[in-house]
Amino acid sequence: MGFAQAVGGTRYLFPDLRTLLARATPLRSGDVLAGLAAGSAQERVAAQRELADLPLRHFLTEAVIPYEEDEVTRLILDRHDVAAFAPVAHLTVGGFRDWLLSEAASPAMLAALRPGLTPEMVAGVSKICRLQDLVAIAAKCQVTTRFRNTLGLPGRLSIRLQPNDPVDDPRGVAAAILDGLLLGAGDAVIGVNPATDSLDNTLRLLELLDAVRDRYAIPTQSCVLAHVTTTLLAIEQGAPVDLVFQSIGGTEATNRSFGVSLALLREAREAALGLGRGSLGQDLMYFETGQGSALSAEAHHGCDQQTIEARAYAVAREFPPLLVNSVVGFIGPEYLFDGKQITRAGLEDHCCGKLLGLPMGVDVCYTNHAEADQDDMDALLTLLGVAGVTYIMGVPGADDVMLAYQSSSFHDGRYLRAALGKRPAPEFAAWMERMGLEAASSAGELPPRLAPSLAGLA
Amino acid sequence: MSAADPPAAPPDAPSARWSELRRFTAARVALGRAGNGLPTAAHLDFQEAHARARDAVQSALDPAALEAALAPLGLPVLRVASQAPNRRAYLLRPDLGRRLREEHRALLPPAPGSLLFVIADGLCATGVQAQAPAVIGHALPLLRQAGIPLAPIVLAEQARVALGDEIGGAMGVRLVAMLIGERPGLMALDSLGLYLTHAPRPGRSDAERNCISNIRPGGLSPAQGAGKLVWLARAALGQGMTGVALKDEQPRQDLLPP
Repeated sequence: MGFAQAVGGTRYLFPDLRTLLARATPLRSGDVLAGLAAGSAQERVAAQRELADLPLRHFLTEAVIPYEEDEVTRLILDRHDVAAFAPVAHLTVGGFRDWLLSEAASPAMLAALRPGLTPEMVAGVSKICRLQDLVAIAAKCQVTTRFRNTLGLPGRLSIRLQPNDPVDDPRGVAAAILDGLLLGAGDAVIGVNPATDSLDNTLRLLELLDAVRDRYAIPTQSCVLAHVTTTLLAIEQGAPVDLVFQSIGGTEATNRSFGVSLALLREAREAALGLGRGSLGQDLMYFETGQGSALSAEAHHGCDQQTIEARAYAVAREFPPLLVNSVVGFIGPEYLFDGKQITRAGLEDHCCGKLLGLPMGVDVCYTNHAEADQDDMDALLTLLGVAGVTYIMGVPGADDVMLAYQSSSFHDGRYLRAALGKRPAPEFAAWMERMGLEAASSAGELPPRLAPSLAGLA
Repeated sequence: MSAADPPAAPPDAPSARWSELRRFTAARVALGRAGNGLPTAAHLDFQEAHARARDAVQSALDPAALEAALAPLGLPVLRVASQAPNRRAYLLRPDLGRRLREEHRALLPPAPGSLLFVIADGLCATGVQAQAPAVIGHALPLLRQAGIPLAPIVLAEQARVALGDEIGGAMGVRLVAMLIGERPGLMALDSLGLYLTHAPRPGRSDAERNCISNIRPGGLSPAQGAGKLVWLARAALGQGMTGVALKDEQPRQDLLPP
């Protein structure tokens, strides 16, 4: 079945749903690179009008990637909950947008709706949303998760402390951790990207992070963001694994390019659950996603990058995660060219993830070959804060010296909490007060209870 | 949650100075704070570093200076370019940076069975310009000693890593060593990456290459980079392949190659 819509005296044809979704997508370089973007502004708005008239039910009858070819499609359709879908089953995509913005779409209604929504429905409605719609809708979505603390409560903003070091030097990692803790980062997770993804190195970093967490009695969780197969080996060796990390995508072939499958993710989650390390809850998966990964793996099946990104959230929600974040500005200007495209994508990813029930964070970031700077990041950061982002990254001085990109800083986290009256996760906020961090950082000191010697720095 | 108490510090323990953390890392720690923001000096330090990185992305190879630096090595030097007409197109269309400009194909002589060095700008030309001649200078005596024949050196502008596949394929070489500028970070603007590919031809995947990254002052020296290259080249010729199967513990690559 095809679609057609006339705008400005020209009739535009869209042969199938995935083409309609692609042409309706606000401009971004990755869709142009893939040859999927609308050829003109008028074609884009024609596609948006046609999409707005499409009944939501249609998404249950036309898969953007065939059911037989792709385990992510099978996951999406097999898990769809018709009863949960009922309250919006009569709506078109445009009607769904109006409903999402209305008072009827309360936090409780939105939470109940999640199993009835597919990623493609959510991606579709996001394509006809302005930034303020993406902010307003996401702000109504409440997602709470627990491991050693409670993330996602209203009025809270958490921060992943990202203490990366170019050679995984334990002293460099420890110094960055103390810097972040002093400035209030680390309630989402203390999570290191290893420079070398080997088992020995992962074990060494896991021991370091666990010792630091234990010695300062920090109510948080740690993670070494190694490949899931490395983490599985670490669990077998008895290492202190709190969270299982993995980059994921929205098609089976993208996941294959990452060296994972649904079965492997299930196996890793079960292994980590067996360790029973969560004190408040057992949400222990940590997923990273990002628009463009499918195209770069030549695994996008003719779908636009934002629709594929939303499909990755179906993978994430299958394995109740503690944390999910889009690495929105990391993948490069051939996918998101400038600050404008990064900003829009970051808000889309956050909103779509939240509608599907994920504890969604965003890596507010850019590389040096993108047309973006700190001003762009401040704007996205602030918009995400208003949208109720679950967490952001915290990197010393916004400069990740291992991955060579710029992300949000510990200072940015302080700014955002102060500007919006947000607090860290409650358990972590209480710990910060006991530790006396505020007075110490204004005096240029680390308080005695945060003695560097306890982290091996002497 | 068992709200464990914070560790008891020794009663007379002094507070450590925040600035002490700087001894342990090159990361931007202990910047202080102005309210919640960065103090002015730290803010402007960052702005300067970013400005340098942005300008570095726009940097271009100086082929004449490179030819002069390479002249003592005794190999002919050729110049080609990719199909990306300018820097903006290069950044937006990686596919164009992987394809050779049609009229440049005729410039490439056959060099069957040899090892080919391609010097390419990639995402930042400054490190390549400074270090590529030294890397090749250190590698050549070792390669000649190992009896590995050498093709003319090719200088390539607006080039991605995979452009080496088309150049190497056109010349019929056994190995192409692509020396290419890495994406600049705030700390390192001058990093050179080296990608080695056996039996190059268009369509080779990144999994079929070996990479030596971070050749720069403060990272791998040109001599160290050359040493690793020669080791890999000999292994590649011995096994008739490059890529994951040859790989020892190389640092993880988090972004796609330039």
